[in-house]
Amino acid sequence: MEINVTLNGTQRTDDVEPRQLLVDYIRGTGNTGTHIGCDTTSCGACTVLVDGTPMKTCTMFAVQATGKSLTTVEGLKQNGALHPIQAAFKEKHGLQCGFCTPGMMLTSAALLEENPDPSEDDVRWAISGNLCRCTGYVNIVKAVQHAGELIREN
Amino acid sequence: MTTTADQSPHLHTPPEIGGVGHSVRRHEDDRFIQGAGNYVDDVELPGMLHMAILRSPVAHAKILSIDTSEAAAVDGVVAVVTGELMAEHNLAWMPTLSGDTQAVLATDKVRFQGQEVAAVVATDPYVARDALGLIFVDYEELPAITSPQQSLAEGAVLIRDDKEDQTDNLAYEWESGDKAVTDQAFAEAAKIVTLETHYPRSHPSPLETCGAVADVNPASGQVTIYMTSQAPHAHRTVFALVAGLPEQNIRIISPDIGGGFGNKVPVYPGYVIATAASLLIGKPVKWVESRTENLISTGFARDYHMKGELALNNEGRILGLRTEIWSDQGAFFADAQPTKFKAGLFHIVTGSYDYPAAHVVARGAYTNKAPGGVAYRCSFRVTEASYMIERLVQNAAYEIGMDPAEFRALNFIKPEQFPYHSPTGFVYDSGDYEGAMRKALGIVDYESLRKEQVTARAEGRLLGIGMASFTEVVGAGNSQEYDILGLKMFDSAELRVHPTGKAILKLGVKSQGQGHETTFAQIVAEELGIPAGDIKVLEGDTDNTPYGLGTYASRSTPVAGAATAIISRTLREKARKIAAHLLEASAADLDWEPGKFFVKGSPDQSVTIQDVAFAAYTNPPPEEEPGLEGVHYYDPPNMTYPFGTYVVVVEVDAETGEWKVDRMIAVDDCGVRINPMIVDGQIMGGLTEGFAAATNQFITFDDDGNCIGSSFMDYLVPTAWETPRFELDETVTPSPHHPIGAKGVGESATVGSPAAYVNAVIDALAHLGVRNIDMPLLPDRVWSAIQDAEGG
Amino acid sequence: MFPPAFEYSAPTSVEEVLATLAAEGDGARVLAGGQSLIPMMKLRLASPAYLVDINNVSGLDYIEDVNGHVAIGALARHRDIVNSDVIASTNHAMASAAPWVADPIVRNRGTLCGSVAHCDPEGDWNSVMLAARAQVVAQSSTGERVIPIDDFIVDFFTNSLQPGEIVKEVRVPKYSGSGGGAYLKLERKIGDYATVAVASQIELDGDGKIAKAGIALTAVNNKNTRASAAEDALVGETPSDELFREAGDLASQAANPETNVRGTADWKREVVRVYTRRGLETALAQAQG
Ligand SMILES: Cc1cc2nc3c(=O)[nH]c(=O)nc-3n(C[C@H](O)[C@H](O)[C@H](O)COP(=O)(O)OP(=O)(O)OC[C@H]3O[C@@H](n4cnc5c(N)ncnc54)[C@H](O)[C@@H]3O)c2cc1C
Ligand code: FES
Ligand code: FES
Repeated sequence: MEINVTLNGTQRTDDVEPRQLLVDYIRGTGNTGTHIGCDTTSCGACTVLVDGTPMKTCTMFAVQATGKSLTTVEGLKQNGALHPIQAAFKEKHGLQCGFCTPGMMLTSAALLEENPDPSEDDVRWAISGNLCRCTGYVNIVKAVQHAGELIREN
Repeated sequence: MTTTADQSPHLHTPPEIGGVGHSVRRHEDDRFIQGAGNYVDDVELPGMLHMAILRSPVAHAKILSIDTSEAAAVDGVVAVVTGELMAEHNLAWMPTLSGDTQAVLATDKVRFQGQEVAAVVATDPYVARDALGLIFVDYEELPAITSPQQSLAEGAVLIRDDKEDQTDNLAYEWESGDKAVTDQAFAEAAKIVTLETHYPRSHPSPLETCGAVADVNPASGQVTIYMTSQAPHAHRTVFALVAGLPEQNIRIISPDIGGGFGNKVPVYPGYVIATAASLLIGKPVKWVESRTENLISTGFARDYHMKGELALNNEGRILGLRTEIWSDQGAFFADAQPTKFKAGLFHIVTGSYDYPAAHVVARGAYTNKAPGGVAYRCSFRVTEASYMIERLVQNAAYEIGMDPAEFRALNFIKPEQFPYHSPTGFVYDSGDYEGAMRKALGIVDYESLRKEQVTARAEGRLLGIGMASFTEVVGAGNSQEYDILGLKMFDSAELRVHPTGKAILKLGVKSQGQGHETTFAQIVAEELGIPAGDIKVLEGDTDNTPYGLGTYASRSTPVAGAATAIISRTLREKARKIAAHLLEASAADLDWEPGKFFVKGSPDQSVTIQDVAFAAYTNPPPEEEPGLEGVHYYDPPNMTYPFGTYVVVVEVDAETGEWKVDRMIAVDDCGVRINPMIVDGQIMGGLTEGFAAATNQFITFDDDGNCIGSSFMDYLVPTAWETPRFELDETVTPSPHHPIGAKGVGESATVGSPAAYVNAVIDALAHLGVRNIDMPLLPDRVWSAIQDAEGG
Repeated sequence: MFPPAFEYSAPTSVEEVLATLAAEGDGARVLAGGQSLIPMMKLRLASPAYLVDINNVSGLDYIEDVNGHVAIGALARHRDIVNSDVIASTNHAMASAAPWVADPIVRNRGTLCGSVAHCDPEGDWNSVMLAARAQVVAQSSTGERVIPIDDFIVDFFTNSLQPGEIVKEVRVPKYSGSGGGAYLKLERKIGDYATVAVASQIELDGDGKIAKAGIALTAVNNKNTRASAAEDALVGETPSDELFREAGDLASQAANPETNVRGTADWKREVVRVYTRRGLETALAQAQG
C-alpha cells in the first residue's frame, strides 16, 4: 500500500505491506535512532511524535501514519541547533547507554510543549511509559526540568 | 614510575583539562542525543539476510523429528538451519565460559523452554518469522526439573546425558574457608542465627536485546561479526576455538551497546548460528532477538538457594559464619566465572565484619531452565553474598537485642585493620565502614526515625528502617588467581599522542553505557595534561584495540583504568626526555604540572605537552625513538573493595501488604571518583535494579518448566513513577594499590541495595517476629508474613 | 516481533466501516487504538484476515454530556478521558480510573470503547462501567441497539456483539442525586494490568441514605464482575463503617481469583475486601462533599 508521511519535515511516499510496523518503517528509512526494546508495548524505546503526540510505533502500523507528520529523534534539532531537551540530557547526565534516550526525549519534549515548568512528579508521571534500565531516572527528571528552564528563558 | 595512590581528593587539573575529579560532560552523548548511536540492529550491509530462531516450547523432551520442508519452500526463505546441519560442521555444541558445553542447536534433546531448535534465514525478518510457524518438530516430553532440590534428589532424571562422565545433575561442588575452625566457632557460640532464603532468578535485560550481524567473506575467509559483546576479545578467541577459524581472520566489532549488565558476557547460540549461516550462504546475516527470547534464553542471574548461619557470643560479637548454597544453573553451566571459583566470589560473604572463621559450600545443579548465572550488574555472585550477610547481621541484631546499626559498628573491620585478611582468603585493600554508616545514619536522622517508629507502631502503622553496609570485591583480577577459560584477567590500554597533541586511547574493555569515552579520557588528561576533550577513546573492535577480557564485574576502572594511568605515565616520562631536549635541560631538572614541563625554579622556561607531542614526530631527541605511543597490559596486584551503607525507610500497609519506600539514602565509597557525575549515575542505576529485585523483578517457572516472566508484562522493570527518590552521599577511601586510587563503582548499588530494601520491610515487621520474606517482597508475601506472625 | 499478514482498509465514515465489516465477514476485525490487538498480533495470538481501521472516521472522538448520561464515542482515547472536564465533573470512578489505565503513551492511542469491547478480565474500564451501569451502543449496517453493560460482557475476551456490529458509543448515566466513586487498583508498576481492582460508586438520597450502589471487580474472575450482594447490602442503608465493612466482605465473596505469580487467591480476596471498603469511604466523602 502506498503511504504518504511527513518524516522530520520531509514528505515521503513509500510502498509498504499493511502489516509493517511503523517502527520498522521508520528504521527502514535510515532513521535508526528510533529503537525497539520489547515485544509488548512496554518500554517506549520506539516512541515517536505522531502529529506532535508521543506514540509507541511498535504498536501502530506504518499504513496508519499516512497523512501524518512524524518527528523522530533525528528531527529534534531545529536549524542546526540542538533542541533544549537534547542539550539538557547531556548537561544533566540523563543517559547512559543511550538506548532509551530518543524515546525519553521525545516524550519529554511533548510534555514540555504542554507544560514548560513541570514538577518532579509531573515529569515522572509523563515518562512512566518509557523504561530506562541504566539511569534510575533521577537525572532524566533533572534533564527534563532543565530543558524546561532553557525553553522558558527563550 | 609510581603506582601509589594519590591520597588527596583534590583536583590536580583545571576544568579545561578535565582530569580526575571533574564532572566532565560525556563525549559519547553527542551521538546518542541525536539518534546517531550505532547499535547492532542499526548495522545494514548490502545483501544482508535476516535470521529467526525456532525455540523449544517445552522444558525437557527428546526430539524425534524436525520437518523443515514447508518452511524452506516459503518465498523469501534462503535456508533453514538445524542441529543436524550444524553437527555436520561440528558446530552443534560450543564451550561455555565456565568450561561446560552448551547446545548451539539441539540435536538430541531440548533441555529448557526456549532452547534453540532451528533457524530460518530469509530476505525479510517478517518472512523469517512466518516460516518458523512452518517448521514441525515432534517432541517426546520428559519430566521437567525446576529446582536444585529436585535436581539433586535421588532418582532424578539425568539432564546432561550428553556428557560422558555425568551420572547425576551436579554441575559443580565448591568450598571455601576452613570447616574445622568454623565448626569450632559454632561449638563455642552463645547464640546461632540462621537464615534460609532464595535469591530468585533474575535477568539483566538491558533495554537493547542481544544480536549479531555476521559477515563472512567467502573469497577472503574474513569473518566480521558485529555483536552485542561486553568482551569482544574473549569472544573472538571463543569463536576461533568453536569454529576452528584462524583467529586473525575473525574480527569482532562491538558497536554501541544498549546496556549490558552481564547479559552480554556469554557467547550465545544465536551468534554462532548467524555466523555459520553467513559462512554457508556467503551473505551477511542479521539476528536480533526479541525481548521474550532475551528473557527466556539468554544469561539469567542469581537463582541461589542459600542457608547462612552466624555464630555469636553473648556480647554480640560474630565468631563465625557458615553458608551453604544450592545454585540453580539451568541446563548448561554457563556462568562466566573465573576458572578456580565455581561460585564466583561468593566467599566475600563474610562481608564488612571482622571474625576469624568462615566456611562456604556451594553446589551447582543442572535444571531444565535457561542457562546463565551471569554477574548481573555485579562482580561474580557478590550480590548474593552481600545479600546473605547483610540480611543475617540484621537478624542477628534482633536476636541479640541490639540495634542493627550498633551491632554492625561492634563487628565492623576497623580502618586500622587494613589490609585485612578475610577468613576466606581475600585481602581487603582499604575501608572505613563505620564512617560510611555513620554518615548515612546522620542523613536520615536515624535516632529520630527509631523514635518515630515506636510512635507509628503505637498507632498501628508499620514503619521500617533497613540498612546494608556492604563490601564488594571487584576488578578481577590478579592473574595468579583469576582467569576465564585460561585467559588471565588482565586488561590493556594503548595510547598514541598525535603530532598536534591530540590523542587516541584504545582499550580491551567495552562500555555499555558506563561512559568510558569520557572517564578514560579523563585519566589520560590527569596524567598527561591533554584536555579530555582532545582524547578519543576506541573500544570494541578486536582488529584495532589491544587484547582485554572485557567489561563486567566492575573491572574496567580497576584494571583498564590502571593500565591507562600507567601507560600515560610511561608516555609522560618519554615526554619529559623530549621536553628536556627542547628546553636544553636535563630531564631531572624538569618539573611537571598538568600540561607542561618547566625548568625547576624557572616557570617561564616551559614546554607544553602539545609542543612535546609535535617534537616527538618532528624533532625527537637523537637517542629516542620517534613518536609518542605505547601499550600497557596491567595485571592487578589485588582486587579492589568498594563499600558503603544504604539506608531505606519504608511504610507497610498492614491490610494489604503493599509497601512504599519513603527514603533511600546511599553513601558509597568507591575510592577516588574519576567523574563524580558518572559515578552518581552508576549508583542510581544500580539502586533502581536493587529496588526492582526487592519489589517485583523475578523469573519463575511452573512445574512443567514453563517460564513465567518472559516479557516486560511479567518481568517488571520499574518506571520513573515507582522508582524511589534517591539521596546520595560519599566517603572517599582510595585503593592503596590502584594507580589513581579508584575502586570501580558500576555495581555497588545492585550488590548492596537489595538487602537494604528487604531489611527495611523486615524491620517494619520485626516486632511481630518476622525474620524472612523471600524476594521479591510481593505484597501477598508480606501480607502472609503478617498473617502468619499474628496468627502464630 | 512481526505480525502476520492481513488485508487492511481505513474507511472515513461509519457507514463504510459497517459495510466493509459486513462484506468481509468473520475474518474481519475492527482496529481502534490497537493497543490490545496489535500486541496480540505481534505475539501471534491473533491473526485476523482483515482489519478495518476506524481511526480515520471523523467525529467519533466525542465525550459529551447528553441529558442524563455522558456519551463516549468509539475514538475517545484514554487520554481524552483523563483530560475531560465532562468526566471530571460527572463521574468520580471514571476520573479516578483513567490515569491508571496502561501508561501515558498507550493512553494517547487506546480507546475506552476498544477496551470495553475487548472484555479483558484484567482491563479496568469494564469494572467502572459495571459500577456506573453503563450502556453500550452497538451499530451495524442494519441498525443500532443499546446493550446494558451486564449483557455486553459475556466472558473472558467475549462480548455480545453480533458479526458486523461495532461499539459506536458507550453511555454512562449521570448521578441522579449526589454521588461519588473510586477505582482502586493494585498494580505492580505503571503499565501493568490490575492484580486486583475495585470500582465503587454510590449515590445518596435526600436523607443521606444510599440510593444506588455499584461495585465491580477487576482481575478476580473470568470477566469483570458485579458484586451484587455487596450492592444490595448497601442500597437503602445509612452509610457507616460497619456497613462498608460488610460490603467489603460480600464483595470479596464475589471474587474467585486464581493463585498466580501476582499473589495467592486468599490475599486477592483480602485486597478486594479492603479496597471495597476504602473505595466506599472515598465515594461517600465525595457524595457528601
Ligand atoms: C503496555 C500496555 C498496558 C496496558 N495496561 C492496561 C491497563 O492497565 N488497563 C486496561 O484496561 N488496559 C490496559 N491496556 C490495554 C489498553 O487499554 C487498550 O487500549 C484497550 O484494551 C483496547 O483499546 P484499543 O482501542 O487499543 O483497542 P484495539 O486494540 O484496537 O482492539 C481491541 C479489541 O477490541 C475490538 N474493538 C476495538 N474497538 C472496537 C469497537 N469500537 N467496536 C467493536 N470492536 C472493537 C478489536 O477488534 C479488538 O478485538 C494496556 C495496553 C498496553 C499496550
Ligand atoms: S518497542 Fe517497547 S514499546 Fe515499542
Ligand atoms: S540510558 Fe540505557 S536504557 Fe536508558
